[in-house]
Amino acid sequence: MKWETVIGLEAHVQLKTSSKIFSASATRYGALPNTQANEVDMALPGSLPVLNGHAVAHAIRFGLAIGAQIAPRSIFARKNYFYPDLPKNYQISQYEIPVVLGGSIDCLVDGELRNFALTRAHLEEDAGKSIHDNFTGPDGQPCSGIDLNRAGTPLLEIVSEPDMRSAAQAVAYAKALHSLVVWLGICDGNMQEGSFRIDANVSVRPVGQAEFGTRTETKNVNSFRFLERAILFEVNRQIELIEDGGTVVQETRLYDADRDETRSMRSKEDAHDYRYFPDPDLPPLIITEQWIDEIRSAMPELPEQMRTRFIDELGLPVAEATQICQNPVAAQYFEAVASHLPADQAKLAANWLIGDLAAALNRDNIDLSQCPVSPTELAALLKRILDNTISNKIARDVFAQMWAGPERDADQIIEAKGLKQISDTGAIAALVDQVIDSQPEIVEQYRAGKEKAFNSLVGQVMKLAKGKANPAQVNELLKQRLDR
Amino acid sequence: MSKFLHTYPNIRSFRQALEQREFSVQEATETLLAEISAQKALNAFVDVNPDLSMTQAHAADQQLAAGNSSLLCGTPLAHKDIFVTQGWRTTAGSKMLADYVSPFDATVVQALLKAGGVSLGKLNCDEFAMGSGNEHSAAGPTLNPWDQTVVPGGSSGGSAAAVAAGLVLGATGTDTGGSVRQPAALCGICGIKPTYGVASRFGMIAYASSLDQAGVLATNADDLALLLDAISGFDPRDATSIETCHGQPNAPGRILGHYEQLLDQYAGDKPLAGLRIGVPKEYFGDGLNHDVAQAIEQAIRQFEALGATRVDISLPNTAYSIAAYYVIAPAEASSNLARYDAVRYGHRTTQYGDLQDMTARSRAEGFGDEVRKRIMIGTYVLSHGYYDAYYLQAQRVRRLIAQGFQLAFKDQCDIIMGPVNPTVAPEIGSVAKDATAEWLGDIYTLSVNLAGLPGLSIPCGFAPGQKGQPLPVGLQLIGNYFDEARLLAVAQKYQQVTDWHSRRPGAAS
Repeated sequence: MKWETVIGLEAHVQLKTSSKIFSASATRYGALPNTQANEVDMALPGSLPVLNGHAVAHAIRFGLAIGAQIAPRSIFARKNYFYPDLPKNYQISQYEIPVVLGGSIDCLVDGELRNFALTRAHLEEDAGKSIHDNFTGPDGQPCSGIDLNRAGTPLLEIVSEPDMRSAAQAVAYAKALHSLVVWLGICDGNMQEGSFRIDANVSVRPVGQAEFGTRTETKNVNSFRFLERAILFEVNRQIELIEDGGTVVQETRLYDADRDETRSMRSKEDAHDYRYFPDPDLPPLIITEQWIDEIRSAMPELPEQMRTRFIDELGLPVAEATQICQNPVAAQYFEAVASHLPADQAKLAANWLIGDLAAALNRDNIDLSQCPVSPTELAALLKRILDNTISNKIARDVFAQMWAGPERDADQIIEAKGLKQISDTGAIAALVDQVIDSQPEIVEQYRAGKEKAFNSLVGQVMKLAKGKANPAQVNELLKQRLDR
Repeated sequence: MSKFLHTYPNIRSFRQALEQREFSVQEATETLLAEISAQKALNAFVDVNPDLSMTQAHAADQQLAAGNSSLLCGTPLAHKDIFVTQGWRTTAGSKMLADYVSPFDATVVQALLKAGGVSLGKLNCDEFAMGSGNEHSAAGPTLNPWDQTVVPGGSSGGSAAAVAAGLVLGATGTDTGGSVRQPAALCGICGIKPTYGVASRFGMIAYASSLDQAGVLATNADDLALLLDAISGFDPRDATSIETCHGQPNAPGRILGHYEQLLDQYAGDKPLAGLRIGVPKEYFGDGLNHDVAQAIEQAIRQFEALGATRVDISLPNTAYSIAAYYVIAPAEASSNLARYDAVRYGHRTTQYGDLQDMTARSRAEGFGDEVRKRIMIGTYVLSHGYYDAYYLQAQRVRRLIAQGFQLAFKDQCDIIMGPVNPTVAPEIGSVAKDATAEWLGDIYTLSVNLAGLPGLSIPCGFAPGQKGQPLPVGLQLIGNYFDEARLLAVAQKYQQVTDWHSRRPGAAS
């Protein structure tokens, strides 16, 4: 039987605010345990939550960016369950009426542009952390610790529709979502620190079946690679289970990266009854048109808008435009380089950004924002390709030297190293003649109809010219001489 | 009973004595601390901190000497043990918080301290403010100063008893379903709960957040005006506190200003001419004790004599307030009290297995019967499959009750009057035998909380108790939103021509 995979993702995005969503405590990562927890975060008697407007503004920003509906009135509810790192023993979250409804995200899957729909995005508070490993109590006895620094950190939970049909699509969506929230400046995107966490709802069904299969929710996926592996594992597990005559149980599963497997955390039977009800401590969240307009007018150009502009105005192919627009720094870098080049040559900038520059960044593990070669410097190099001063191949060598520094002026390097392309017809003709004279056998082969021999002769000329001869001219002159 | 405060029965006369140097704040504080100690049997106070009280008294004396102090400067006060305080333990009447000391003060506590009030300690109350007789307190019942065999009412029973016994001039209370008004009535004093959101809930241990509101208790309406004005105000730490009331900033000065303006307006021998008093027929139904009803009727006639007009009105959903309240309040309580899990603070059992067991056992030991009952009811009504039938339905009823009041205030009356409680104070222990009766007794007070309106209770006579002894009867005045000053001004006019508020319990002296 052929199986179809159905995936929906839930992302927990930590919003970049200096204080928590319902208290004035700081949200900085890595502080000493419990130094960023005040009476609200510790749920001391008499404490009350007060909503942080910055978290709401971030949610609005996100909603606008994905073309969603911003709820003019949304409700904070209490999700009741007992857990020691949840100090109030309820989580304040949005339940029936979330702040963001609908919307969609574009992403590139295997070079093809796809659009995935979102269900909703809602604001909520994060829990604290329980520490079980290597923790001892005041008398040295092994016990568990609780760090409430993270308790109350603002989260935007972003829920997709079950629209993805492969792990690759899910990863592409997750990456696009990740780059969007970073682009918008609402999340630092640090997956290692838990700023961007993904849960995957996965089910399988026979191809052609309309109803969804029973889904499982896999948690604790903290990288895109693990997301892919967790989904692949889960899909295989479900298919094998069904083919062996079993049934998939609706449950929450945990991904174990060390063993590369998912395992059951809790089944639906022991799922909590969260007893949601509107939080009486918080009035409805009212978002006025005016507030939305203020945020809209201050929005950066969105990747989608930028992508369209790059395609329509700068003639970039869809794939390159999409790739560049996954990251605001890359997009800005590209624009800066392209602005120095003729309008129809923007593609050259894109190719270099995605190609040699990206390779160098990767190799040296440097972020583009720290790139040693500035856009102006790169543009100066590309101009020399366009005006035939150097070939693409030579340009790579020049770039390598610019990368290494300290000299980053392409013209200086070309001059100093004598890399200027030879475009003087007389000089090239002399080299061509020299090769024809010294390689009679190959010339014979060519004349006997062996096209390959021609390339060999070109190579010989280029070798003599130390790579600096204009390849087009070499071709032309060689052909002239051989064919006459 | 205290002779000291009987000589200075209200804040203004106490203040005058201070200004005339009859005694210092420190001397008064010392005297009252001694009387609190002497009246331990009343069990009104659950914690005192003489050093801190004397420090506050000293500061008040200095402010008075500097001549730049508020009317409340030096006033002896005490706080219901539901307000968190840095200087006194805060137990909420529960074993769960038996040794709890808050690292911060409630906004209301700070406001009164800022106004120069001197706190003499913390006052007994029903556990987490759940109860109507102060019998559900881990500290034991508070006794009614009028007769130590009857309850003082609740949940702010300690507050009402302390004021009635002359141990303080004013006390804070909280009113979720009548917990300020009812004990005030049963102890023969005055108590007011303002419009929901006028006083901050920050630092007030939550019972049912959408109904909880701070209030004050004192012997007379004028004192209430001074105290309520001081505790009112927008608080950025409470998202449900109100920023503006009919365009005026919610801040100290608003209520007092309105109150004084109304006192000026209510002049002449028919000072209340033009005032329409709505009397809901549902407040005089079968459950109301005959003698209590008579006292209420007589009081309303007194208001008519002052020029007011009686208008018979109907609040048809009154009876449903009990069912709605006892769904909504326990629902919120079940969630509000979840934080008492023995993990970070509070009572922790000594013998336990795993973590869940620790929390479950600690809660079973730390909470009393009434609290456990309400947590269970609240958990039930919020459960999957019951939420719509109970919680949502109760919220619909709540809206209808609020609309009923708005209809009455729209074109029938300016204020509403009726009884506070169907009976005078019952015998200690008698209510515990009939839990339903305790809940049914809240019928006249619950609607006010469900609607978020201001409500005032003032003494208006006496009726025989279960042993035939005379016990105080309270009259309830209900106003429209932000109209607390009108209630107080109307009550003040009544108290100018009657002396019920001046009667003091004598039996125990």
